[in-house]
Amino acid sequence: MTSRTHADTILYLDGVSVSFDGFKALNALSLYMEKGEMRAVIGPNGAGKTTMMDVITGKTRPDEGKVVFGTNTDLTALDEPAIAALGIGRKFQKPTVFEPHTVWDNLLLALANDRRPRFTLWARQTGEERDRIEAILATIRLADQRHRQAGNLSHGQKQWLEIGMLLAQEPQLLLVDEPVAGMTDAETEQTAELLREINKTRSVVVVEHDMHFVRALGVKVTVLHEGSVLSEGTIDHVSNDPRVIEVYLGR
Amino acid sequence: MNKLPTILCLIAILGGTALLAFGNTTGAVPTYAVSLVGKYLCYAILALAVDLVWGFAGILSLGHAAFFALGGYAMGMYLMRQIGTRGVYGNPLLPDFMVFLNWKELPWYWTGFDNPMFAILVAMAAPGLIAFIFGWFAFRSRVSGVYLSIITQALTYALLLAFFRNDMGFGGNNGLTDFKDIFGFPLQSDAVRRALLIASALFLAACLLAARTIVTSRFGKVLIAVRDTESRTRFLGYRPERYKLFVFVVSAVMAGIGGALYVPQVGIINPSEFAPANSIEAVIWVAVGGRGTLVGAILGAILVNAGKTFFTGALPEFWLFALGALFILVTLLLPKGILGLFARREPPPAAMPAPEPAE
Repeated sequence: MTSRTHADTILYLDGVSVSFDGFKALNALSLYMEKGEMRAVIGPNGAGKTTMMDVITGKTRPDEGKVVFGTNTDLTALDEPAIAALGIGRKFQKPTVFEPHTVWDNLLLALANDRRPRFTLWARQTGEERDRIEAILATIRLADQRHRQAGNLSHGQKQWLEIGMLLAQEPQLLLVDEPVAGMTDAETEQTAELLREINKTRSVVVVEHDMHFVRALGVKVTVLHEGSVLSEGTIDHVSNDPRVIEVYLGR
Repeated sequence: MNKLPTILCLIAILGGTALLAFGNTTGAVPTYAVSLVGKYLCYAILALAVDLVWGFAGILSLGHAAFFALGGYAMGMYLMRQIGTRGVYGNPLLPDFMVFLNWKELPWYWTGFDNPMFAILVAMAAPGLIAFIFGWFAFRSRVSGVYLSIITQALTYALLLAFFRNDMGFGGNNGLTDFKDIFGFPLQSDAVRRALLIASALFLAACLLAARTIVTSRFGKVLIAVRDTESRTRFLGYRPERYKLFVFVVSAVMAGIGGALYVPQVGIINPSEFAPANSIEAVIWVAVGGRGTLVGAILGAILVNAGKTFFTGALPEFWLFALGALFILVTLLLPKGILGLFARREPPPAAMPAPEPAE
């Protein structure tokens, strides 16, 4: 079997299936993403969006199929830390930051660096690290919150901090799960802007329920249904697709 | 982490020890009190070890007294060799219990214990090695929470049963006792008792500083992140099992040091030190003092054990009820322990000092 990956591919899922106790969470899912692309993934609950992210980041091993990152790295053979080290970052649906630590320390721990204990035991903060953290703080608009405990931030601020931690990892590919859930309209607007900014240098997959937000992103959309791709194209294309209408309206 | 409690704690440990030792030379402090406090300080080292893994890595070890006892046995073996021909049977080669069992020669694993430096090395290496093997399998298999606690109980219970056996060669249920000398000096002398107290205080101080260095480093920040949100650290590229393994081994070595200092001061080591209840008691000391504070662990160990000494003297039947009541009250009223009472006075996070400047 030959793969159809080439130099411009960042991510390629080929016939990926995952089942839990007989339930097919992913059903021969195939998906292809170009380097530098931003892709929105939508679909009703149980369509397999989060399972897809779990498979890409190594949390779940697929029963069948291939997941190829870049030109020829097979992700199904690797675990979470190894995949993170390759340059895939993930933001969770529920904001997950290190609550007892300050905003600054959260970013410090996320910075691309040696992850081994023998390094972190002796590590001292360098000027270069400080500059990188300052730059990220400016991007995520949390510069004035740097000394606050992450656990004391508002919901929206936690979401941004987590996006900031993703940036600090310097990944090639970001997986972002429902970034605007629970956000105000103004925060949603700013988040869309932030993601577009990030997309200038990195590939991004956004899983989202909020159609308004997906429209605001203005990128190619993949609709998942029952673990496989139902429709793909522009937001106007997929929202006029009769199969998509049936899935969304039929429930 | 605030520096003040650590500084106050170091002053109290070293100052208090100096006062007691000096008081003993003038006759104001009885020697039994010197050894009693020395014993508390050894328990404090164990409590510190428990807090390091429980408070900062979320590993609720209910088997830490096993590492303490292993360190104690290593030291006990050296003290047995120091008896020489002064045993009941006067055998120049074998300890009394081996003569009693009709053994003809010293088991191979007793070689080297004539040398105190070797014994001290083993007192640290043996707990460290067992912790490494145990942790390697447990953390790699992602065993955590209550399951991990249960297998740590199983570990200490298995060692309890093993050390009870006569053919293990560690004195069976009588353990090791009737010690005479340490480093060539009579163990019962006041000067040796004072020296052991001072050694306990110095090692406790060193362990406190080492633990504090670990938890305030970047490693410690990762460790706290692992404690609270382990899966997130994995997606950032950290391997939590390596962090847990490192701190678990360090903690076991610390507990071993505590045990090695404990045995010469109490004069006996037997398998009951492996009893699961001992490990649980150590966890209670930490909870009483304040989990995740290091200093609180030391405070809790000393206070609870002082209370134990008082109660077992005044109302012997009442002690276990008092300990149970204490644990319930602390859990209900002081979830952050005694040190949590003072933590509220710390400045809010917004007023924290700026991060360290670049170098």
